[in-house]
Amino acid sequence: MPYLSLTAEEKKAMFDRIGVRSFDELTGDIPASLRDPKISLPAGLSELEIQDLVAKLGQKNTTVKGALSFLGAGSYDHFIPAAVFDIVGRQEFSTAYTPYQPEASQGTLQAIYEYQSLMVELTGLDVSNASHYDGATSLAEAALVALKQTDRSKLLIARSVHPHYRQTIRTYLAGTPYQIEEINFDAVGNFKREELLSRLDATVAGVIFQTPNFLGVMENLEGVSEKIHANGSLMILTANPLSLGLFKSPGEWGADIAAGEGQPLGLSMNFGGPYLGYFVTSQALMRRIPGRLAGLTEDADGKRAFCLTLQAREQHIRRERAGSNICSNQALCALAACVYMTLLGKKGIREIAEINWDRANYLRSKISSLKNYEVDPSQTIFNEFRVRSNKPFPKIQEKLMAQGIFPGVALEPFYPELKDHFLVCATETKSKEDLDRFVEALERC
Amino acid sequence: MLISQDDRLSFEKSKSGRRAVTLPSARFSGESPTKAVSSGLLRQTSIGFPELSESDIVRHFINLSRKNFSVDTHFYPLGSCTMKYNPKVNEWAARNEKFTALHPLQEESTAQGMMEILWELEGGLKEISGMDRFTLQPAAGAHGELTGMMLVRAYHASRGETKRTKVLVPDSSHGTNPASAALFGFHVVEIKSDSRGRVDLEDLKQHLDDHVACLMLTNPNTLGLFEKNILEITKLVHQHGGLLYYDGANLNPLLGIARPGDMGFDIIHINLHKTFSTPHGGGGPGAGPVGVKKHLIPFLPGPLVEKAGGSYRWADAGPQSIGRVKLFHGNIGVMVRAYVYLKMLGKEGLRKVSEAAILNANYMKECLKDTFTVATQGPCMHEFVLSIKSLGAQGVHAGDVGKRLLDFGFHAPTVHFPLVVPEALMIEPTETESRETLDLFIEAMKAIADEAVSDPEKVKTAPHTLPVRRPNDVLAARKPILSYRDQLREKMLLAEAAA
Repeated sequence: MPYLSLTAEEKKAMFDRIGVRSFDELTGDIPASLRDPKISLPAGLSELEIQDLVAKLGQKNTTVKGALSFLGAGSYDHFIPAAVFDIVGRQEFSTAYTPYQPEASQGTLQAIYEYQSLMVELTGLDVSNASHYDGATSLAEAALVALKQTDRSKLLIARSVHPHYRQTIRTYLAGTPYQIEEINFDAVGNFKREELLSRLDATVAGVIFQTPNFLGVMENLEGVSEKIHANGSLMILTANPLSLGLFKSPGEWGADIAAGEGQPLGLSMNFGGPYLGYFVTSQALMRRIPGRLAGLTEDADGKRAFCLTLQAREQHIRRERAGSNICSNQALCALAACVYMTLLGKKGIREIAEINWDRANYLRSKISSLKNYEVDPSQTIFNEFRVRSNKPFPKIQEKLMAQGIFPGVALEPFYPELKDHFLVCATETKSKEDLDRFVEALERC
Repeated sequence: MLISQDDRLSFEKSKSGRRAVTLPSARFSGESPTKAVSSGLLRQTSIGFPELSESDIVRHFINLSRKNFSVDTHFYPLGSCTMKYNPKVNEWAARNEKFTALHPLQEESTAQGMMEILWELEGGLKEISGMDRFTLQPAAGAHGELTGMMLVRAYHASRGETKRTKVLVPDSSHGTNPASAALFGFHVVEIKSDSRGRVDLEDLKQHLDDHVACLMLTNPNTLGLFEKNILEITKLVHQHGGLLYYDGANLNPLLGIARPGDMGFDIIHINLHKTFSTPHGGGGPGAGPVGVKKHLIPFLPGPLVEKAGGSYRWADAGPQSIGRVKLFHGNIGVMVRAYVYLKMLGKEGLRKVSEAAILNANYMKECLKDTFTVATQGPCMHEFVLSIKSLGAQGVHAGDVGKRLLDFGFHAPTVHFPLVVPEALMIEPTETESRETLDLFIEAMKAIADEAVSDPEKVKTAPHTLPVRRPNDVLAARKPILSYRDQLREKMLLAEAAA
């Protein structure tokens, strides 16, 4: 048996020591009718057979490396430095538990603390947690924080926030007395400012925006936080963290909470997970933050030490009075993001954002000259933008996929009015040849 | 010195002008964002990331890693956490670019291998648990519980039974249970444990009425006992119209031995990062797939993987679905590992896992029962709880014993939990440990028991061999310093005060 150690003699000696003759005597509490269920599973495989099976299953997938992919929409193909994999693969990190014993976990704790510090720098806010599950759940918890902090009942969400995030928030709030209203976007994809202003009333707990939004547009939030705060509501922003190397941070926009998806910070796409929910707030909301926090302190000998802190907020202490039920988080993903941001450094984070901007803008400008496609070059974008095709998008997709190109994400399933619109993403992974090849292939469709 | 004493942050090692990764210098658009983009959208503040070389950074993090205990370096008998060995072939598979480089929204036809893995994994979980369908979305055990509570609410609402607002939780339960139930408005009622550590049937009966939405149960419970009366418990709750939720944190001793579905549970989550050997990652990522019986399938979050004519597709959720609980499809990388583990063990292997987990726990309990008080009577399942109260050691707490164990090269057990046992040490050896390791741990426990009486100070001030000793968590909470920015601010304030 793989992974087991006890030999037959050892088992016998252990049974003797316990004073029982058989295994069944140890499980006498299990009612007879439940014992030995019929389970239909195949026999175990050897490691060699498993490796063979896994390789074969892999062959049935076409990856974004095997194709030429312009898919984004919340999961992005980025360059990941080799050192990230090596460090995250260190078993002292990957096979450790939650750092509840700080003396035996200073490595994990300091890494979390550094992750928190990097996220504070990046978002321009004050306090970061140790991670949440993903962008959708992190944003849902941000919504809960706003509702609790203001003791109000309504959330306003820009309709240009990622559809999965909005759906998750709806799921979280279903069956509660809280309400959600959406703020629509205009023809070019900006949220409708006048709609926001007309809906801000005394019941609004928080307003949620995404930038760049799901349609790729950098939202102009000038003066927005002032209006929201004057109304006694909180402003919650979900931003692509990589875009913050170049674009205004949540802190600069006046947000109270930055909550979103950290996958662009050195995590593989992995068919959708595991990713990284980031959650950063203003100082005023520190005690409402869900999940773990690592703090700096001193040990009994006056030495610098790290420990989990403000645990009185959490479920293992507060039980049914806890603000959130989160326990396990995405610690190893936060470590990957921490290493990635450290490797980029102060200059690299700006450069990588500029390169993304450059690739997407080059591609957009090329597509704008094509006859059968429309883009809006007036909108500021980061690494994604919306294209409207004059021909049915499913047809175009089929043709391009036959040439090994994943053209982007269809928008109609998320926004019925955006028929034949699709979202195209170009990150630093795309060479000029890649982009030109895509443009030519689009033209030929 | 084997372990670096350098406790500086990366920020404190930074030197202006140093670089690690280099990025392409070519630009294609012929434009610069600072000119092309309205300045109102551009970042005006600097980003205080550290500046280091790659070798600085690698050494920094590798030295940090050496300040950790982990399953690959130490025995880690944390009760209810199932810190079993994490097989390397799982990691090998999960690293395969054919899985890691898949986009969650790419066409189904291009990800058939991945979807087959998800389908097969779900099939295995169904067999092992006796449930009818699983959603793979939940990211962790607590997220599974939350999903479960939403299912409970939606199910009762669909039957017009909105008055069912009470969730029953044993007093020995994990903290996430009451927190998950309370988060969305359920009224949590604690059920007492009886003198032997099981659900007190009489107390349960008193709380059963037509307001009960659900009973959440961990079985075996956190004392390591199988709920002997489980069939009666599930029958009683069902008779009163309530549902039963199975917290899968302690599923490890039941593989191939007994199934929650057969016990009468309606909803279950399984912690893949416990029973299915995926690494804990220093706190995550885990995965908490949620399984249900037939009557609850329409309420599951979608989409779900479906198989038709030899190919796989995503099937959207129906009108009764609670809706999506997460971005995309779940923590897929964790599922690849769990799938490989399942395939590797097969039917017989699964049962052997549970048998060895139970044997190891009972052996340790037997060897320690004369030194410590065992909180329960009779055999245990995969874990057991000791109390150190009977040691008669002056001022020594269970937490101190845990800290002293670190000096002996063992991670501490779960301490001061479950709450129903005073001075508790909750020990779960798992099946992957050798008898020699168990014996060494037993010896260490006995030595510490002696020490606690002969030299209590030594235990109370432990550990003595690790980079730090007893971080002051009161100070950390009173004056929270949660980032390098906080440190700089603190320094400035001190300087101002001095001036």
